[in-house]
Amino acid sequence: MIEISKLNAWFDDHHVLKDVDISVPANGSFGLVGESGSGKSTVLRTITGLVDDWEGNILVNSKELGAKRDKAFYRLAQMVFQDPFGSLHPRHTIDRILTEPVNIHGLGNSDARVVEALNQVGLDNSFRFRYPHQLSGGQRQRVAIARALILEPKILLLDEPTSALDVSIQAEVLNLLSRLRRELGLTYIMVSHDLAVVAHMCDDIAIMNHGRIVERATAEQLAEGKLEHPYSQQLYKAAGGYDRAVVDSFVDWD
Amino acid sequence: MSNEPLLTVKNLEVTFNTPKGEVNAVRGVSFNLGRERLGIVGESGSGKSQTGRAILGLTAANGRITADQLTFHDVDLANLTPKQWRKVRGARISMIMQDPKYSLNPVMTIGDQIIEAYREHHKVNAKEARHRAIDMLEAVKIRDPERVFNSYPHEVSGGMGQRVMIAMMLIPDPELIIADEPTSALDVTVQLQVMAILDDLVRDRGMALIFISHDLQLVSSFCDRVLVMYQGHVVEELAASALHEAKHPYTKGLLNCLPKMDGDHGDLPILEREASWAEG
Repeated sequence: MIEISKLNAWFDDHHVLKDVDISVPANGSFGLVGESGSGKSTVLRTITGLVDDWEGNILVNSKELGAKRDKAFYRLAQMVFQDPFGSLHPRHTIDRILTEPVNIHGLGNSDARVVEALNQVGLDNSFRFRYPHQLSGGQRQRVAIARALILEPKILLLDEPTSALDVSIQAEVLNLLSRLRRELGLTYIMVSHDLAVVAHMCDDIAIMNHGRIVERATAEQLAEGKLEHPYSQQLYKAAGGYDRAVVDSFVDWD
Repeated sequence: MSNEPLLTVKNLEVTFNTPKGEVNAVRGVSFNLGRERLGIVGESGSGKSQTGRAILGLTAANGRITADQLTFHDVDLANLTPKQWRKVRGARISMIMQDPKYSLNPVMTIGDQIIEAYREHHKVNAKEARHRAIDMLEAVKIRDPERVFNSYPHEVSGGMGQRVMIAMMLIPDPELIIADEPTSALDVTVQLQVMAILDDLVRDRGMALIFISHDLQLVSSFCDRVLVMYQGHVVEELAASALHEAKHPYTKGLLNCLPKMDGDHGDLPILEREASWAEG
């Protein structure tokens, strides 16, 4: 479904993605893990057309992407951002937020589509005419997911979709995402700083550092802690909580 | 580790007057703190931060604090004048906030801010204060203290900024540190490195620490004792090492709903909240 090869990207003089290769089969779920500045979000932003200066090949649904994304691309692939407080228009009702993409794409029948999208993310109709500030963080993230789903895409690009949420709400949103992938046959690329979240959600995982993929692993390998690269081992150990001796073994990777 | 209590909190209540009526953020929290590390854990809105802020008298103006007892040694924290507070805050109890981006002064060099913190409580000349500040930056493992001393907050990374915060809060040598999500804005490895610095300093100087966080696992690996808060109440108190023996369904639910690296892609257990938990 998604084939990325030799992807390089620049922010002015900074070379932020270096020869990134990713392959995700249809209905697959691919996880990108890394710390701030590793380039994990930039991969998603490049796919979705938010980065101008890039080179390499991105094939989505066997179609090569150029400099500009057309409408058809956005019907196929939608992005969900990290912060549900920043990604919803504060002065638009949920109804307007969800109707807008339907109108842009001229799909029609927006009324039924809004009801269905809300239903898919487990929100009842009473939410439809509320404003984002009247919703909790978890409910907002559900709206952001509904907004992505309303165009019936095949691909969701998920940029830290639960890192702004409490753990109990995170569990609900992760379960929702798993169910949607199963029921709608979606393909995911999920970016997170949390190794456990990605291990839980994804079949294949890549660990990024300074714009490069330093290691790839399957969820099974990650479960057994079978990581080779010292950076990924360090990340794996750091996920285990505070241990003075482990901290002393850390090396800086800047 | 704990002997005679440093801090005694009995039946602490924090109530806010809002346009929509009264909100009880903290409802009857009690604990004693010795020279130990106490973790306060809870989700957003549980009252964990408001508990920490109430101890330091930092509750917002529309809030009201009541307590049967709120004492630090023999100081009654519930009835201090602003002047008396200045002798306690920073000097004897100090607070490390979550995000250095917002808690450092953006238009003052890091060195000047640390010196200001030190000279507020110690009568020393500028040269001595500068010397102390550089020592303190070294103590928080900043490799090039001279450069950081002369930098502005925006010129350093998040992890570095948080070390600066720790340096600034620890330089007056307080007895009690309240750290409110001190590392939540940082990457995991940096987070642990900053915690190690805090760990060493608190240990070496024999300080007491209240560590407020949403991360139950992290807190229990760092503290001696953990209070779990839910809707303003402490629902469970645990020895940090006995986390797996947690009895309260909320604590258990919090632990269970974390994704694990066990290769299982099945659904995560959902925390089913019960109204009775909020009764305390």
